[in-house]
Amino acid sequence: MAQFTMRVFRGDASGGGFKDYRVEPEEGMVVLDVIHRIQATQANDLACRWNCKAGKCGSCSAEVNGKPRLMCMTRMDLFQPGDTITVAPIRTFPLIRDLVTDVSYNYEKAKQVPPLRLKPPEPDGTYRMMQEDIDRIQEFHKCIECFLCQDVCHVIRDHEDKKRVFSGPRFFIKIASLDMHPLDTRDRSSFIQQDAGVGLCNITKCCTEVCPENIHITDNGIIPLKERMADSLDPIVWLLRKFRGPKSSQA
Amino acid sequence: MANQDYETHEHDVLVIGAGGAGLRAAIEAAAQGVSVGLVCKSLLGKAHTVMAEGGIAAALGNVWPEDNWQVHFRDTMRGGKMLNNWRMAQLHAQEAPDRVLELERWGALFDRTKDGRILQRDFGGHRYARLAHVGDRTGLEMIRTLQYHGIHQGIDVYMECKVERLLKDGDHVCGAFGYWRNTGKFVLFKAKAVVLATGGVGKAWKVTSNSWEYTGDGQSLALWAGADLIDMEFVQFHPTGMVWPPSVRGILVTEGVRGDGGTLKNTKGERFMFNYIPEFFKGETADNEAEADRWYADKKNNRRTPDLLPRDEVARAINAEIKGGRGTPHGGVFLDICTRRPADYIRKRLPSMYHQFKELAGVDITKEPMEVGPTCHYIMGGVRVDADTTAATVKGLFAAGEVAGGMHGSNRLGGNSLSDLLVFGRRAGLYAALYAKDFGGPLTVESSHVESLAREMLEPFTRTGGENPYAIQADLQETMQNLVGLIRTEHELREAMKRIESFRHRAARTHVDGGRTYNPGWHMALDLASLLTVAECCTLAALERRESRGGHTRDDHPYTDDSWGKINVVIRQRQGALALSREPLPEMPAELKALFQERK
Ligand SMILES: Cc1cc2nc3c(=O)[nH]c(=O)nc-3n(C[C@H](O)[C@H](O)[C@H](O)COP(=O)(O)OP(=O)(O)OC[C@H]3O[C@@H](n4cnc5c(N)ncnc54)[C@H](O)[C@@H]3O)c2cc1C
Ligand code: SF4
Ligand code: SF4
Ligand code: FES
Repeated sequence: MAQFTMRVFRGDASGGGFKDYRVEPEEGMVVLDVIHRIQATQANDLACRWNCKAGKCGSCSAEVNGKPRLMCMTRMDLFQPGDTITVAPIRTFPLIRDLVTDVSYNYEKAKQVPPLRLKPPEPDGTYRMMQEDIDRIQEFHKCIECFLCQDVCHVIRDHEDKKRVFSGPRFFIKIASLDMHPLDTRDRSSFIQQDAGVGLCNITKCCTEVCPENIHITDNGIIPLKERMADSLDPIVWLLRKFRGPKSSQA
Repeated sequence: MANQDYETHEHDVLVIGAGGAGLRAAIEAAAQGVSVGLVCKSLLGKAHTVMAEGGIAAALGNVWPEDNWQVHFRDTMRGGKMLNNWRMAQLHAQEAPDRVLELERWGALFDRTKDGRILQRDFGGHRYARLAHVGDRTGLEMIRTLQYHGIHQGIDVYMECKVERLLKDGDHVCGAFGYWRNTGKFVLFKAKAVVLATGGVGKAWKVTSNSWEYTGDGQSLALWAGADLIDMEFVQFHPTGMVWPPSVRGILVTEGVRGDGGTLKNTKGERFMFNYIPEFFKGETADNEAEADRWYADKKNNRRTPDLLPRDEVARAINAEIKGGRGTPHGGVFLDICTRRPADYIRKRLPSMYHQFKELAGVDITKEPMEVGPTCHYIMGGVRVDADTTAATVKGLFAAGEVAGGMHGSNRLGGNSLSDLLVFGRRAGLYAALYAKDFGGPLTVESSHVESLAREMLEPFTRTGGENPYAIQADLQETMQNLVGLIRTEHELREAMKRIESFRHRAARTHVDGGRTYNPGWHMALDLASLLTVAECCTLAALERRESRGGHTRDDHPYTDDSWGKINVVIRQRQGALALSREPLPEMPAELKALFQERK
């Protein structure tokens, strides 16, 4: 079989460029396997992140032929033998080295989200929740924190000045999941508007398109949040929604 | 000298590892009001725990009210072939339900029963449906819940930072030394108490469900600091890893597939597990297909399907089928759920298995069977700890989670790890904090020791003509796979010892290119020390135990021997050499022993 040419970004904050590596294809290989092969045989110091190799940990985000993807879930048979495949680090976050970027922005934003505030338990000391009331939130809980949605969001990518007041799509669904939680009683409306900056999102849906977990970030997360913000100006409506649970807010 | 510069941080409690055990420990220690540092090699939220699929075992009794801690305790001990530390197994069974409910209070959303409580699923070796779960991504739910709860508790997190050595002052631990992966700069942690929560050792094998992080760091750090390891011969080969295509070989297929109705078949279409029911489990295992199939819905009047025997039994059976020529061309057996459950049900219950096979193998599991075979998965052995406090045998050192030994005896039941992380993670955090509060003296770290460590760590950069560290790792993995695998025998184990010795010589001569910034070649060169240490410990202990039990099968000693059932193999390092001893298992009190007489 013809070899693949892997054009991999090599460099650090001070600069760098693409370097070509020739690799023998093998059945079922994914891009991450090829990167590992290069690392083991041609460039021991090639930096990349990975853990699970099965799309579960969200470590191996990169841009493959310009598209933000998980390297471990991108099969080489997507490409024609003989093709040149470029692998670059995700663009939005500062480069550390090769395919590894500094994603600390996301960990900062994570800390700002006001946590759950529970309502009192049932008389027997436990809580009850119905499956249909948590289906939507379980969808958000599938997030593997690959930060690909954060990578493609133009507010983060192109507007350094707005980053301070913008959490990004990953955290919009985090906030939505807390807000729709059947046991939660916290009012996050001022946080959502002022600190998370949901108003800056203009629903381009780029985030939803790249999500490897197929989470409907915009339709199920951001748009309902925006609607809630409109309602939250009216405290009675906010309270009603909160206590009727997520079902009533989907309509 | 500048190269050996390091930054210094000081904490009452330093937790090494941010999986389920480490996060739970850090949260508990912080709740005791002490200052806590949490170190991990990957980014926060990426530890192994994130990959766990099937569920958390806890006798909540939501699906089967007959379930309670005694039944869970009994299942755990029997699954471990009675070699478990009984007190750990007892605490685990008693406290797991509270720990699961606590996760729910911190925001976890488990799948629900019809009346709105936590749903539980069947798993191997558990008498009742017992595993709290979220589809087949339970570990993700668990680690996110702990992570997001943890970030509000004032814990200092050091991500992508690797601890290379524990530091001691006289007889007690006083901190740890390591480096930042990002920059390659050194870092010194001074701490009154250290909790190890570093996970397992699976990267010493070639076919494994484990990630790059599993290089046995915690076991090695403890050993080098003078602490005891126990039960290192017991390595769990999970019966169902993917076998095809080659690049995904070893990736886990959750036991939940069988828990939800899947069955193992050979190429003749036989449900072969009926041929492999051991005497020990005959009384509780169905011996015909009709009864096995009825059992899923009616546990009172039927016995459990042999597809859900403990993992050691199932892995050996699969191995025997393959050796007997009834395996698939890719060297596995079939795992069939598509002819047994509707497609919708499969997609709802096992979404990530569906996705994983579809994307990685091009197989639609609602239409075709999966091909599976054993994969190195978990180590039962580890740091010897006190059951109640998780204290290791060196002062100031604690251990919890996969890195600790004892809880699971010779074989772990599925779902009992995630619960173990919560129960003993909490205890580790609590007792480490109490120890730190009582700690009187000053924290003294000898700087010359630290500087010489730093110099040693930089050596791979300056050697000329040395070896590629990846090549040494690959050779070690090949050796462990072939000679210290599922089935062992004395001459192969001796051969493995020789080879490990030669890898040690090679590892002392590695060379790496590039600089210190995020350099995986250098990281691998350093990881070889712990990888070789645990490989040697596993092999030595496997040589010592001349019987077959749980995760340790000796071809030359094929039977379980009662006298070995009262003994732990203990390894410690003395004057630079490994010393082995046989020590008596703690004796179970009479009221617990009675639990094993009640039923068949
Ligand atoms: C695919 C898969 C599925 C599984 N499914 C289940 C299941 O359904 N149910 C179940 O009960 N169990 C399951 N298990 C087992 C279970 O997930 C693990 O045993 C458990 O998660 C281990 O948790 P831990 O907290 O001990 O370690 P981990 O979660 O592995 O965390 C270890 C931490 O230690 C850090 N670390 C390691 N070495 C160092 C060092 N030198 N310096 C600094 N930090 C270090 C790592 O970075 C990491 O943060 C599964 C395992 C796998 C692989
Ligand atoms: S929809 Fe909003 S959050 Fe998503 S990428 Fe577009 S602007 Fe960003
Ligand atoms: S929402 Fe999707 S794209 Fe964004 S971080 Fe989570 S998994 Fe990744
Ligand atoms: S390695 Fe875990 S998502 Fe790719």
